[in-house]
Amino acid sequence: MATTDVTLQDAGGRLERKAIVNDMSIQVATVNGSGSQSSNTVLLRSIFQMGIPVSGKNLFPSNIAGLPTWYTIRANKDGYVARKKEIDFLVAMNAETAQEDVMSLAPGAAALYDEPLKLNELRNDLTFYAVPYDKLVAAVCPEAKLRKLVKNMIYVGVVAQLLDIDMGEIEKAIRKQFAKKVKAANLNLGAAQAGFDYAAANLKKQDPFRVSRMDKTTGKIIIDGNSAAALGCMFAGVTVVTWYPITPSSSLVETLIDYMKEHRLDSEGKATFAIVQAEDELAAIGMVIGAGWAGARSMTATAGPGISLMAEFAGLAYYTEVPGVIWDIQRVGPSTGLPTRTSQGDILSTAFLSHGDTKNILLIPNSVSECFDMATDAFNLAEQFQTLVFVMSDLDLGMNNWMSDPFKYPETPINRGKVLSKEDLEKLGNFARYKDVDGDGIGYRTLPGTEHPAAAYFARGSGHNEKSQYSERPDDFERNMERINRKFETARSFVPRPEIVANGKSKIGIIAYGTSHWALIESLDQMRKDYKFEADYLRLKAYPFTREVHDFVEKHDRVYVVEQNRDAQMLSLLKLDIRPELTTRLRSIAHIHGLPLDARSVTDEIMTMEGK
Amino acid sequence: MATTPTTPAPKTNRIGLAVIDYKGGRTTLCAGCGHNAISERIVDAMYEMGVQPERVAKLSGIGCSSKSPAYFMSRSHSFNSVHGRMPSVATGAMLANRNLLTLGVSGDGDSASIGIGQFVHLMRRNLPMIYIIEDNGVYGLTKGQFSATADLGSKLKTGVVNDLPAIDTCALAIELGATFVGRSFSGDKRQLHSMLKAAIAHRGTVMLDVISPCVTFNDHEGSTKSYKYMKDHEEPLQEINFVPHFEEIDVEYDEGTTVEVTMHDGSRLRLRKLEVDYDPTHRIEAVRRLMEAHEKQEVLTGVLYVNPKAPTFIDLLNMTEHPLATLPQSVTRPGREVLEQCMEELR
Repeated sequence: MATTDVTLQDAGGRLERKAIVNDMSIQVATVNGSGSQSSNTVLLRSIFQMGIPVSGKNLFPSNIAGLPTWYTIRANKDGYVARKKEIDFLVAMNAETAQEDVMSLAPGAAALYDEPLKLNELRNDLTFYAVPYDKLVAAVCPEAKLRKLVKNMIYVGVVAQLLDIDMGEIEKAIRKQFAKKVKAANLNLGAAQAGFDYAAANLKKQDPFRVSRMDKTTGKIIIDGNSAAALGCMFAGVTVVTWYPITPSSSLVETLIDYMKEHRLDSEGKATFAIVQAEDELAAIGMVIGAGWAGARSMTATAGPGISLMAEFAGLAYYTEVPGVIWDIQRVGPSTGLPTRTSQGDILSTAFLSHGDTKNILLIPNSVSECFDMATDAFNLAEQFQTLVFVMSDLDLGMNNWMSDPFKYPETPINRGKVLSKEDLEKLGNFARYKDVDGDGIGYRTLPGTEHPAAAYFARGSGHNEKSQYSERPDDFERNMERINRKFETARSFVPRPEIVANGKSKIGIIAYGTSHWALIESLDQMRKDYKFEADYLRLKAYPFTREVHDFVEKHDRVYVVEQNRDAQMLSLLKLDIRPELTTRLRSIAHIHGLPLDARSVTDEIMTMEGK
Repeated sequence: MATTPTTPAPKTNRIGLAVIDYKGGRTTLCAGCGHNAISERIVDAMYEMGVQPERVAKLSGIGCSSKSPAYFMSRSHSFNSVHGRMPSVATGAMLANRNLLTLGVSGDGDSASIGIGQFVHLMRRNLPMIYIIEDNGVYGLTKGQFSATADLGSKLKTGVVNDLPAIDTCALAIELGATFVGRSFSGDKRQLHSMLKAAIAHRGTVMLDVISPCVTFNDHEGSTKSYKYMKDHEEPLQEINFVPHFEEIDVEYDEGTTVEVTMHDGSRLRLRKLEVDYDPTHRIEAVRRLMEAHEKQEVLTGVLYVNPKAPTFIDLLNMTEHPLATLPQSVTRPGREVLEQCMEELR
């Protein structure tokens, strides 16, 4: 009979280690395609339901089934949700990576493993728990072919028992996970209970990690960024969606399809939208532009390789001044790169996407609620400025589960921008499509189908004058390009302003954006606590940069720009924008490993550069 | 006493517009270019069919052919897009406003080379639009290189011989799902005119490959896309007679020698067979006959295939009748209770 494998009894009073409550990371190492996602979601939700701030990060391979995958759950009483570098509690379910997984743990961590793997022989500075999964699963799951899946729910029960997770919450989470599939829910619940009972009877708690009820998640939701973006687009009034499947963006549109089918049919059951799976990203963006030209609120979602393919069309939209929204769920490039890992590597190429002089508006959400809110911002800005707007999410945000306050209903009305109707034309008599009537660089447009003899204009990617007539005249070209640039300058006052956390005294500033935010706010606390070091912080939400960004650099002697790419892409954009004498103040903290950024790495790097 | 001179009112069509209301800007293409003749036929067909010009969206890619939308129907919105990618732009426009009558003008380089991917998928979707390839076998704007519709063995002005087989865009279109496929010749005024009117009456993808000689780069001895070659090798399948839905039908026809097809809008397309056995509603036969024509060095023209009943891409999308482009916020933004419900599901 298996017993607890404790090889650590005499390691300096470890048994009496002080309990570490609501501050740990659990890593589950499995094989992809084994159904562990359900188990991990149940674990995550159970802790969440106990009122403890929690985050989950899936580190998965680009593969259907059979390759190693890791899921990390971080529970943290202070609300830190960034990836934690150190693993406290390992659930080793993958024989192939088990040894390496165990070897990479820090001393004092705990490891739960499948008994035949005998991992306890590897080290003597960890707490080991062995579980005979095959024996346990055979008893609760008569159907042999389901055992591979159900086995994963056994570790949920074991972990619940060892960490003090309430079995009532586990049951609630299982029921939610399997929703209407009562039989599957019961089977999984049986497996979790078997794991729990086994642990209670056979495993002696030796590690310090446990959870305890809090009230920090009341009213909150759990959602991934892609689903949040989908909801946001639905409430932003999107009407045409075109897409080509690519990781990590596919789930955005797939979720959107579900939401739209449920909530966007008219009283006769007809769709108030069109969603089309295109033949490639070239066609996806072409359809977005065609639809935007004809007056739809159109969008697509993609990732880096798709952005590259869209480059030529992006220039057409820029120059013909057609609105559209593109979600870039960034992954690691160049080329196929690491398609299932996160990155902020498309910033520079997207800001200037296309040939010639092209500049695009970028919005950069850091959270699921910003994915929701920025959907409305993106569509409104796209139509207001008659241009493409790129929303720069990433895999970490898009595909992982995040807790959040419930989203707020968009109070901003849908802004269709400067569109002339038949009635307007009757008053005006005629119009010139690319004339800067209001001094903001933005011309008035008409939509195809407007029933007025003066409504039509000829949209073209070739040189044109104010009346959109073909023109190769140097002065026409120059004037037009300067006007389009004026739009971009106008946009500075309309894009979301940065979030600034500053005490007004520190001479050191840090700039970050997107998901790096979560590591940053934890890092700022670490610097304060461990080094008595105070820094001001600015989180960018958009390109072009607003006034505040310039002021922030001006007020600080040194400004660290933290980002998840190799070439300091945002720093490069900042350099182009700020006064030349300020550029030497910028320092790069860049990460390209494809894992969500962790606070400790940022802290260590900045402190080293500050000579601390 | 002076009498007031009476100028006769200009002739108008059924919606009260004169032919001038369908005209475009002055062409900048070469004198004698086949494309100009096609533009003229489009003007005539739209005028005669009484199409409201504001309802028409003209789209094109890049190339000589793709410039031509500037030379007809100035009262229609137009989008000259990027090389080979007009089908996606047209698709987007139709999704935004299903009431548009969409007319795409492309060339052989634009469609059969750089744009073959989008061409293929457009045909497959049976998107309701008229897609015209102004086909001259060469790239004009870059000074006369072969395109992928150039026939095997045809010769450039420089003497270079084409050693690859031609892509038959009509055969492709039929195979892929286009529901009105024809081939014509810019010099065959009558046939092209009737075919365009039938195209306007059709609901579904109309793919017309119109041989349109390039007088500058491909109208010499040895070219298979020259005026002379077409005069010698054109094999019309039918004599096309189009009877629009708004005209009384009074002419009798012989059912033995004429096929009559009722179009989507009730118009009638009467095809008096010049080739007795040809059935334009038979896809497989159409493709077989096209392949045979290549072997015989014939240029088969006429309505190659027609199916007025197939569902279009717009039908498949179950969209509201109102154009998506102008739906009000009350329809496109669900209410607060919907967000509350979505939030509850995520708790």
